[in-house]
Amino acid sequence: MQFAAPRSASEAAALLQAEPGDARVLAGGSDLLVQMKSGALRPDLLVDIKRIPGLDAITAEDGGFRLGAAVPGARLGEHAGVRALWPGVVEAVELIGSTQVQGRATVAGNLCNASPAADAVPALVAADAVARVFGPRGERDCPVSDIPVGPGRNSLAKGEFVASILLPARPKRAADAYLRFIPRTEMDIAVASAGVSLVLDEDGRCTRARIALGAVGPKVLLAEEAAHCLIGTKLEDAALAAMAEACSALASPIDDKRGTVAFRKQVVGVLAKRAAKIAQDRAGGTK
Amino acid sequence: MSRIHVRTTINGDAVEYLCEAGQSLLDVLRDDLGLTGTKEGCGTGDCGACSVLLDGRLVCSCLVLAAEADQRSVETVEGLADGDRLHPLQQKFLDHAALQCGICTPGFLVAARALLEKNPTPSETDVRYWLAGNLCRCTGYDKIVAAVMDAAAQMRKG
Ligand SMILES: Cc1cc2nc3c(=O)[nH]c(=O)nc-3n(C[C@H](O)[C@H](O)[C@H](O)COP(=O)(O)OP(=O)(O)OC[C@H]3O[C@@H](n4cnc5c(N)ncnc54)[C@H](O)[C@@H]3O)c2cc1C
Ligand code: FES
Ligand code: FES
Repeated sequence: MQFAAPRSASEAAALLQAEPGDARVLAGGSDLLVQMKSGALRPDLLVDIKRIPGLDAITAEDGGFRLGAAVPGARLGEHAGVRALWPGVVEAVELIGSTQVQGRATVAGNLCNASPAADAVPALVAADAVARVFGPRGERDCPVSDIPVGPGRNSLAKGEFVASILLPARPKRAADAYLRFIPRTEMDIAVASAGVSLVLDEDGRCTRARIALGAVGPKVLLAEEAAHCLIGTKLEDAALAAMAEACSALASPIDDKRGTVAFRKQVVGVLAKRAAKIAQDRAGGTK
Repeated sequence: MSRIHVRTTINGDAVEYLCEAGQSLLDVLRDDLGLTGTKEGCGTGDCGACSVLLDGRLVCSCLVLAAEADQRSVETVEGLADGDRLHPLQQKFLDHAALQCGICTPGFLVAARALLEKNPTPSETDVRYWLAGNLCRCTGYDKIVAAVMDAAAQMRKG
């Protein structure tokens, strides 16, 4: 195996492209190095992207924030601006692993690793975040929901990598929230999860909603019908119940030792309901 | 296959080593540099026994490649004491009997020091959450938390 730490994005793309065997991007390594240790992966080339200038920055852009692909989770939690604009994304990222894991794990790595239970992903999808993909033919923007395609598989072509993720601007009276269910309080993998982002009008009526579900399908699910149940409402009980039911109906989880199909389907609706209430509260809609 | 030449700083000293692409920082610290204070519990990021600071950030050295440390700074448990004078955290771990077999101790010390540098007045809850990635099979944690709280109090007094 070879190791490279290129100093530019084009050099990184060229290295990833030129390797005939398995070439992998190394960000925080908190998935990749574990998979290599277990023998699940035997890459021929690791390309450490953390020395590419600019990739370690969080920058304000058009009222939102661009997160460089080398920024570890801990930095997001320390950034007052991101916390205030996208509290649900930050709370999702902060659920990833321990303090030690937070010092390394990146948001882009969480996305590209394509685990159906990845915590940052439903929050990013609810936030309508956009990944900037860099490749041998230059840059393209891609909705984050199109990056994972199935367990452990992403849509990036050979030579491509995610250089940054844009958390967009948002209107006033808008907020997001993320909740997951795990059997303990720390250091566990989501059994089911939900990210919700809402925009309210002057009267507190919901004008836009995005709901994304984690760990209940081969990849993150955008629950459009569920989101529609909230439009025009003040999240009254009936609207929330209809929304939760639509989430449960959409979910297509697996049965395993961590949770049954029936349990996951029910819990994901409950989580979406509670996350929606938190987002509503944060957006000032309950005052 | 050619080995990778790394120049780094460990506990303030300039250090150079050669490593394989897949070798962890933990393995180089322990096996090549003789810094065996840093321990290996799991090798997969779950136990925190291998905790070090990389450019001031708390990380698991089992999940860092040795090659990644090039031109960066690494701090290990060996950098805690000032010669023969123990760091307040080390002294308080002794005073509170916050260790039994001791394999988790270096990781707890390094992690706790990182916490107290960031937050000199942590609550007990802050300490427990910050140290959630450090596992101890012996003590039951209460004495560790008490030692960290006590060290924090002493360090605030100066
Ligand atoms: C102890 C422990 C606890 C954990 N707990 C959680 C948890 O609670 N929730 C959770 O969601 N995850 C958890 N994880 C998994 C992991 O920490 C996260 O998925 C993390 O966000 C991965 O990011 P990374 O930067 O470490 O990725 P890496 O390990 O560097 O990379 C992961 C994968 O994505 C690819 N990749 C990385 N960055 C890019 C990029 N910019 N462009 C293209 N491809 C890229 C890599 O090639 C690799 O295949 C845990 C891991 C550990 C070790
Ligand atoms: S040895 Fe690194 S976390 Fe256990
Ligand atoms: S003292 Fe034995 S593991 Fe902590």
